Amino acid sequence: MVATEKNKNTYKVIGTRPVRPDGTDKVTGRAAYAADTQMTNLLHAQVLRSPHAHAVIKSIDASKALALPGVKAVITAADLPDTDSDSTQKLLDNVIASNKALYHGHAVAAVAAIDVHIAEDALDLIEVEYEILTPVTDVREAMLSDAPILHPDLRTSLQATNVDTATDIETNIALHLRQERGDVENAFENSDVIIEREFETSWFHQGYIEPHSATAFWSHDGQITIWNSSQGPFVQRDSIARLLNLTAQDITVIPQEIGGGFGGKISVYLEPIAAVLSKVTAQPVRLTMTREAVFQATGPTSATYNRIKLGAMHDGTIIAAQAYLAFAAGAFPGSPINPGVSCAFGPYYFENQLIDGFDVVTNSPKSAAYRAPGAPASEYAVESTINELAERLEMDPMELRIKNATSEGKPNSAGAPFPRIGAKEVMDAVKNHPHYNSELQGDDVGRGVALGFWHNAGLESGSSATINSDGSVSLSVGSVDIGGTRASLAMQLAETLALTYEQIKPHVADTDSVPFTHVTGGSRTTFAGGWVAYELGVELREKMRQRAADIWDIDIEEVEYTDDAIIKVNSDEEKAFTFSELAKKMATTGGQISATVSINKTSQGPAYAGHIVDIEVDKDTGKVTILRYTAIQDVGTAIHPSYVEGQIHGGVAQGLGMALTEEYYYDDDGHLVNSSFLDYRMPTALDLPMIDTELVEVPNPGHPYGVRGVGEVPIVPPMPAIQQAITDATGLHIYQMPVSPRVLLEELLESENLSSNGHGTGEGRF
Amino acid sequence: MQSLTYQRATSIGEAVSLLQNGGDTARVLAGGTDLIVQARERKRDVSLLVDVKHIPELIGVSYSPDTGLVIGAATPLYQVYGNKDVKEHYPSIVEASSVIGGTAIQGRASLGGNLCNSSPAGDSLTAMMAINAIAHIAGPQGERDVPVEDFFTGPGRNVLEAGEFVVNIHIAPHQSGTGGAWQRFIPRNEMDIAVVNCGTYLALENGSVTNARVALGAVAATPIMVPAISEILIGQALNDEIIDMAADAASEAATPIEDMRGSVKQRKHLAGVLTKRTLAIAAERAQS
Repeated sequence: MVATEKNKNTYKVIGTRPVRPDGTDKVTGRAAYAADTQMTNLLHAQVLRSPHAHAVIKSIDASKALALPGVKAVITAADLPDTDSDSTQKLLDNVIASNKALYHGHAVAAVAAIDVHIAEDALDLIEVEYEILTPVTDVREAMLSDAPILHPDLRTSLQATNVDTATDIETNIALHLRQERGDVENAFENSDVIIEREFETSWFHQGYIEPHSATAFWSHDGQITIWNSSQGPFVQRDSIARLLNLTAQDITVIPQEIGGGFGGKISVYLEPIAAVLSKVTAQPVRLTMTREAVFQATGPTSATYNRIKLGAMHDGTIIAAQAYLAFAAGAFPGSPINPGVSCAFGPYYFENQLIDGFDVVTNSPKSAAYRAPGAPASEYAVESTINELAERLEMDPMELRIKNATSEGKPNSAGAPFPRIGAKEVMDAVKNHPHYNSELQGDDVGRGVALGFWHNAGLESGSSATINSDGSVSLSVGSVDIGGTRASLAMQLAETLALTYEQIKPHVADTDSVPFTHVTGGSRTTFAGGWVAYELGVELREKMRQRAADIWDIDIEEVEYTDDAIIKVNSDEEKAFTFSELAKKMATTGGQISATVSINKTSQGPAYAGHIVDIEVDKDTGKVTILRYTAIQDVGTAIHPSYVEGQIHGGVAQGLGMALTEEYYYDDDGHLVNSSFLDYRMPTALDLPMIDTELVEVPNPGHPYGVRGVGEVPIVPPMPAIQQAITDATGLHIYQMPVSPRVLLEELLESENLSSNGHGTGEGRF
Repeated sequence: MQSLTYQRATSIGEAVSLLQNGGDTARVLAGGTDLIVQARERKRDVSLLVDVKHIPELIGVSYSPDTGLVIGAATPLYQVYGNKDVKEHYPSIVEASSVIGGTAIQGRASLGGNLCNSSPAGDSLTAMMAINAIAHIAGPQGERDVPVEDFFTGPGRNVLEAGEFVVNIHIAPHQSGTGGAWQRFIPRNEMDIAVVNCGTYLALENGSVTNARVALGAVAATPIMVPAISEILIGQALNDEIIDMAADAASEAATPIEDMRGSVKQRKHLAGVLTKRTLAIAAERAQS
């Protein structure tokens, strides 16, 4: 059963909008999150964090803290295991700094006490002697040859040929990556029009409402149990094992309900600390971050500097495209430069292209995955340049895009041909949308449009399903449910078994209960988990047929499983069970029927999005009001359309935050000074318009129900769409994100000055 | 949070003696919407909370055309902006007090608390200054009155001496021909702290300005009055040109710092924009 064979109109469950199984508990406040974990003798931990952005830790004296009544343990990096592996050491160093504090808020010690207030008191009593070093937080400054060096042993690793990047000197450039197709130099020479622009984006935090929290218990038998807020319990189990020099069998991770992750709850921060504190005290230890610590020490996505050069013919054919992408990794290598590079030109096919990407360490928190990691920054730069090219060519920006759109069979960034994709369908849907064709009315208003591409992820997933005697089916999944996946996976199992959604009882299991399942991330869960659900359904159908055959003492080939979940023999009306009737007989006819399936698929199929936005600018204050927003997306098959729309709304909301108000604000000493929800300004419900969605369904040929990942790509288009809308409303081209009211007001004031002095309107900035 | 003691005062005298005995780290607890957060984040050293919400003089709003408006210092904001006399006569107080925090915060937060927290960006402060509100203070030496415009001495600092606290806020009776207005600029639409805020008050007679008071917040170490605007406007008929002059004077008077909430250039410009916008509204109200 593949999507192309089964018409989606015949689906009974897929495409409906049932209530989510976790809804009641979340609405009533009963749902248990990691910070709710309670147990006998629970200790409370707190982490001491560096007040400096870059400093050598000369000494740590915890004797006064240890003497405080109620304090049970203080640990530092010296209490974590030694390792020979440089990459493991860097992960350990991010959990607790060993010899250098590399960012403001970097953990240097941790305390366990009988209550959280005593633990806080103890932090003040730990004496740390620092030798303060000059920090560098800006990516371009960090790349300079005379920049402060974070890691003296770091050398540039090359995934590039024919480049002159040195690999034998002290540097902050961890990686130079190059992707090349055709002859870009020659193609620029043959171009009618060349446009080159440079762009900057700030650090953006995922901004999940639930802070990180982990409770650990290290039992006397050496078994460690972790209750935490996690996007990937299996991945974290393996990571914790590596950091503590143990193996997976020593650790069980029990994920709790999660209050948002967006990629930021994949890395481990607290778990090894809580575990070691538990080992030292022989008591369970709970550690929950403050909001300040979440901003200071967990993953924002990279701040970036990007330069884009396009060469086009008068008819709009782009024949040459070059990108220079520099991503700040934070304190340790590992920015999303790879996907930044591979997504940069994602919606298009250019015959000649060259992309250089750089991963650069800076005195900032280690960047972590954030919804389509790397794609918003690189595609913002490309999309904005394409919009300006359309202006220059006096072409409709969507026509220009359609002319250069990629399609099935064209190579993706790795050179492999694209399967059936919806790039063109999305572009056509944007161009034909009533919003795009409506008249903009009013003063100081503007419209912007942009595309987005994300390749999505496949990876390993596993689940078990058991048929119960009442005809219900328990479904245990290894994927933490962030975006409604308990429902979307149960729906795919129900569809395959021809049961109702209500007959499936989904449950998120721990790391000892189901096969290895990769993170809830990469827009992969409904794709990969859905494939597992489909295979589980197929296997359960077979087993039900076999059981009926055994009962009737006939060959399984004579038994049919119908689209109404009747197990019967066509030639004999007497031989027919409903699903529930047969389920009731299981115990006495061979026992309960169950199945376990694991997969690792790479046929996830990429996603495309096109957004249209109308704004109004208050030219006296620089404030942008969003008047109308339309998000169009190829979603493959919308399993649960409401949750698909919810994912799109969420992506747009976060993208608009990046475009208009969110940013990390560092002072001259590298201190992050806006680490609160008050001053790190995420949009609230009052800042967002109603977001209209249009779901384009081009089924993914690589999935039994045509599913494509939907969660990430909608965060990509908002920045360039807003940028163009601001240009349309004000005539100003602004090349940095966010365009906060401060930025826009200062640009408006600058352009007024320039025009009154006869210097034009700010064109020719580059 | 550090370990601390909570005590509930039921009279002004009891509160004064509790505060006096508590020393430097005793704090008045009204709504606690600033204080508790600061204590939790260990940004203020607090060892004793003296809860003043149960002192009768500190809760409630009363108005008389003869003596004016008296707002108990600990009266929750929703009772201030929901009061019918405040709504009718003091729209600038409604404008400022209804945007401090969300609905839940407004059930606790108070004008007295906003005053004593003494943030340069406190939203109600410029509304009170422009309308010339008077803070009535009790303390070991008895009671005294301080105009709100003279209350602040620095960021988070004010004229209160050890053992003193604010009992109520008094505003003169409403006169016809007068009007006030208040606005702030925030990057978001709610749940935000002012980049600049501005309170204005105008008295007009036969089309000519007889009194003008403009206060600006978040543009200096304390909220400030802009006397230059009073000089520009008093005795003049309002027109676009003169309002532009007032706006320029506001930008001139602003001496902001550059921080994560705004730049110098932005704040000086916004001081002018808000002055202009609020003067227009105040003039309309004075004439209606």
